[in-house]
Amino acid sequence: MPPPIVSIEHVCKSYRRGSQIVPVLEDITFDIPEGEFLALMGPSGSGKSTLLNLIAGIDAVDAGTIRIGGVDITQLAETDLAQWRALHVGFIFQFYNLIPVLTAFENVELPLLLTSLSKKERQEHVSLALEVVNLSDRMDHYPSQLSGGQQQRVAIARAVVTDPSILVADEPTGDLDRKSAEDILELMERLNRESGKTIILVTHDPRAAKRARSVLHLEKGVLNAHHQAAH
Amino acid sequence: MHIIKLLIRNAFRHKLRTGLTILGITVAILAFGLLRTVIDAWYAGVEASSANRLVTRNAISLVFPLPLSYKEKIRQIEGVSQVSWGNWFGGIYIEEKNFFPNFAVDPRTYLEMYPEFRLPPDQMSAVLRDRKAAVAGRKLAEKYGWKIGDSVTLKGTIFPGNWEFVLKGIYTGRDKGTDETQFFFHWDYLNEGLRKAASGRSDTVGFYMIGIANPSLAAPISVAVDSTFRNSLAETLTETERAFNLSFVAMTDAIVMAIQAVSFVVIIIILAVTANTMAMTARERIGEYAVFKTLGFRTYHIAGLIFGESYVITMTGTALGILLTFPAAEAFGDAMSQYLPVFIVDRETILMDCAAGLLVGTLAAVIPTWRAVTIRIADGLRRIG
Ligand SMILES: Nc1ncnc2c1ncn2[C@@H]1O[C@H](COP(=O)(O)OP(=O)(O)OP(=O)(O)O)[C@@H](O)[C@H]1O
Ligand SMILES: [Mg+2]
Repeated sequence: MPPPIVSIEHVCKSYRRGSQIVPVLEDITFDIPEGEFLALMGPSGSGKSTLLNLIAGIDAVDAGTIRIGGVDITQLAETDLAQWRALHVGFIFQFYNLIPVLTAFENVELPLLLTSLSKKERQEHVSLALEVVNLSDRMDHYPSQLSGGQQQRVAIARAVVTDPSILVADEPTGDLDRKSAEDILELMERLNRESGKTIILVTHDPRAAKRARSVLHLEKGVLNAHHQAAH
Repeated sequence: MHIIKLLIRNAFRHKLRTGLTILGITVAILAFGLLRTVIDAWYAGVEASSANRLVTRNAISLVFPLPLSYKEKIRQIEGVSQVSWGNWFGGIYIEEKNFFPNFAVDPRTYLEMYPEFRLPPDQMSAVLRDRKAAVAGRKLAEKYGWKIGDSVTLKGTIFPGNWEFVLKGIYTGRDKGTDETQFFFHWDYLNEGLRKAASGRSDTVGFYMIGIANPSLAAPISVAVDSTFRNSLAETLTETERAFNLSFVAMTDAIVMAIQAVSFVVIIIILAVTANTMAMTARERIGEYAVFKTLGFRTYHIAGLIFGESYVITMTGTALGILLTFPAAEAFGDAMSQYLPVFIVDRETILMDCAAGLLVGTLAAVIPTWRAVTIRIADGLRRIG
């Protein structure tokens, strides 16, 4: 077994709703080995998105540690965390979250603006990423001129263009028809298989989960089982 | 991709909303500029006054005359380099609405003392040769289509009768701020007429203009003049030309202050309009800003986006407003030339326009930026969909 790229220990998270404290995650501990394709499942409200956000460094734990590639991200200051995210995490959202006034090309280029790459290098990276998602011919299109599936593929290109160590996806197929969803999942599978990207996928869809190498069930903030996928 | 491109695209995402906001700023900057220019025009006479000139008038009131004999006595006072004299004539050209300032003066000394009124030498000598000669400012002559040699008749109000003049000179202003709407003629001509009419008003003058070489001696010279005529039949009041002009303007200080207040209220209104636009914009984009932050963009990037967009909107409006101010001021100045002879958009007004635009752009972006940078990413992302 390869060494874990993500190592989560005793993570707790609760939200405050008025005067009430709502526990969401209770003492979560697990590892994700490098190159894993993990599906995170569970009923609505079980804390999947919360857990994913913690791993991706866009939310803070109440207790516990999350080490990613040897770095305890719970100890990072806000600005260091932002820099860490830019370097190490690729995000794929349910509603694509492309910037509507930017073309497909410009959307994919966005994370590269934070790097020291030259314009020409950026152009090469973006072209390559769009090629991977098979949208080279749509790079001048604005999000509104693309279908949902195409938009999500642009979002995937944006997520991989910086060559991050992990990809996080929160219900990336939740808003897509079956055919487009299949394409997206296939693409993610390919990224995992061919480029060795570690992927954490939150999903409700058992078909999506089937693509993953392993599945993790969250129920009311507690990890339930750790199934190995069928294949 | 260039950041400016993103700012402009962002600013014009809601074309109607942004268009209306820019229109509001344009109109406000235009109004602000015109109001400031009105105030400047109001004080133009004061600004144009020279530190080398004093005005002596009857201590009781400007409407009471002074004897012509004072002329020689004033001339002998130390520090006085030149003395000129005149009367406010108050004549009407054809109809009462054709108002312009007209004076009976001693043209030679008067023009010597007003180097800002420029008269070609040939016209100058023609004026001095002809007792009925009159001089008009360039703007005034243009307005009534007067040419050199034209005869102009003014109906006297203070000095009854029809007074006929021949236009022998048209002066141009040395500076932009010089009043080019004045009309003046030989005091001797007026005095002759008054003598003939035997009204008992001849050989008196309304005011003396005193030229002094050293402006820093204005106060002691004024005192010297006034003490010379103390206890005489007509006591005098001498002050600098500036103070003299200011005393007319000061009567309407309240109006000027009201205009000033309105000009600032206009800025506050556009601040409210722009702040509202920016608040709406930033609220709609909370999710987008969360995406930027997720990707690793920092607080200053987000602030740059919001402030930049705010500046794109306010500075576009400001630029349009400034561009429109010039033709508007010209039209306004032409229409108002008899009341505000010098109506020029000052450089300072343009700078104030820019400062107002920047201030509005900055203030309008503060709260939206604060909201966008303080919201937690996870909460911001939740706003999408
Ligand atoms: N900012 C917040 N403030 C208060 N409560 C929150 C907040 N975010 C999440 N919660 C609560 O935490 C719980 C877990 O939310 P989370 O979004 O992680 O669930 P989920 O498993 O992703 O659900 P879904 O499948 O519907 O997306 C829910 O009960 C939710 O209401
Ligand atoms: Mg969720």
